Amino acid sequence: MAGPVPLASAHQLVDRLFREEQGRAVATLIRVLGDFDLAEEAVQDAFIAALETWPVRGVPHNPGAWITATARNRAIDRLRRRRRLTEKIDRLAREATESALRSIEAEPAEDAMHIADDRLRLVFTCCHPALAMDARVALTLRTLGGLTTPEIARAFLLPEPTLAQRLVRAKRKIRAAGIPYRVPPPELLAERLDGVLHVLYLVFNEGYSATSGDSLVRRELSAEAIRLTRVVDQLLPGEPEVLGLLALMLLHDARREARVGTGGELILLDDQDRSRWDRERIAEGQALVRSALEVGRPGPYQVQAAIAALHDEAATPVDTDWPQIASLYRALRAMAPSPVVELNLAAAVAMADGPAVGLAMMDGIAASGDLERYPYLHAARADLLRRLRRWSEATTAYGRALELTNNGAERAFLERRLAEVATARGAEPRPN
Amino acid sequence: MQYALLIYGHEPSEAAPEDLMAAEFREYGAFTAFLRARGAMLAGEALEPTSTATTVRVVDGKTLTTDGPFAETKEALGGFYLVEATDLDEAIRFAAMIPGARRGSIEIRPIFNVPYPSGDTGSSQG
Repeated sequence: MAGPVPLASAHQLVDRLFREEQGRAVATLIRVLGDFDLAEEAVQDAFIAALETWPVRGVPHNPGAWITATARNRAIDRLRRRRRLTEKIDRLAREATESALRSIEAEPAEDAMHIADDRLRLVFTCCHPALAMDARVALTLRTLGGLTTPEIARAFLLPEPTLAQRLVRAKRKIRAAGIPYRVPPPELLAERLDGVLHVLYLVFNEGYSATSGDSLVRRELSAEAIRLTRVVDQLLPGEPEVLGLLALMLLHDARREARVGTGGELILLDDQDRSRWDRERIAEGQALVRSALEVGRPGPYQVQAAIAALHDEAATPVDTDWPQIASLYRALRAMAPSPVVELNLAAAVAMADGPAVGLAMMDGIAASGDLERYPYLHAARADLLRRLRRWSEATTAYGRALELTNNGAERAFLERRLAEVATARGAEPRPN
Repeated sequence: MQYALLIYGHEPSEAAPEDLMAAEFREYGAFTAFLRARGAMLAGEALEPTSTATTVRVVDGKTLTTDGPFAETKEALGGFYLVEATDLDEAIRFAAMIPGARRGSIEIRPIFNVPYPSGDTGSSQG
């Protein structure tokens, strides 16, 4: 339809469209073939065919259907080649597969329900709890996200063979252990959906939190997590925790440009240039939180998204609604208690009710010893001690936080603060 | 698919009181009856403790035996079920019903179908 386009931009267009659309083809072929590798190879063949034909003949009217049909034909070719090698074995099984492959064509190309079912099944297979967590992440990105093995390896700072091996093992386990390719029945759905969201959140955080590694690849990882969460939301519409996670991702991602300085250093929330926040993302995230909470089944992702929304709403740090944030952390603690949530609650209380109240809570957490090796506990305590002008204790706490921090940007920040409190301590008249 | 559900747990150093043993046998009996009723039971046995085990290996054509289990671990294999399940999810559901899952753990292992060379029927399925 579009006619010939310049080759370089055509390549990019094919690349982008292909990434968006290929998940459907992979999912459908895996359903029919029951074989991840053959499905992926066939879709890869279709990608090469797209690179050859789309720039010349234009992008097909329905790229998704084109990819599925082309991949199906390539899968039949590959099966025939294989059959010649092992003529006698499993002829019946192969013929059945081939006829099933042909029937894909008979399915209407716009049969959205069918495609949706295939993709939803695949999400649950890739995120099955019987697979190791790192395998779930890699498999989800490779199979549903359409990231290449080298891309995933680069994003996780792993050698390519390590990641390739991880994928091979995961696919082998799916086959050999009989991990089902289906949407879980109602009694398992909530638990399994939770597992899927956990994988997607992990992918997002991997692309968001770490400041090391290739920033372009990391951005891609977060974008992919957001895209896949949107897909899950389309497939299971109205699930409040899916909406909540999507909102949470968008509300954090909105600050992406403002949280890293020109030298690659991390900029804390208080010091960010809020005019650089992405208003469109914030608006979408806020709307999503609202519609999620309207369902009346609150969960940890919805609450965390509501907290992020309150931060994003404040025009300046002092405008932040800390009492509201503190009460949301209390709600989160009731749903998913953890020492880290406790620490965040204490920090919010310190902002709402004064540093002394917050410090008392943090001292309690420190006494429990759970977060002894968690640098943010010591950094947060140090900050409250600093605000209470207890310089000597603040110096000790900053020192402990520094011992536990490897991140260069965070170290620079803590060192700056440590110097400040040390100076203040020296300037203060000593007792007697 | 066929799965082995391997029941691992601590081996008691002395025999449990009779009423506890009886209660445990009843629990296992109920689970076995459940599997049979579904047609999912292929086999299942309890094992004598690892103190009765003999480990065999063949080195350079010589059969070597040692007293005791293959590996000395805290949790020992105490019994197993061989079940027919539609997929791993159903196998997990069965495993979670085994009384031993509450005291120890169940390892699920898919049964590997040994491929026979053509011409050798090997199994009754031909």
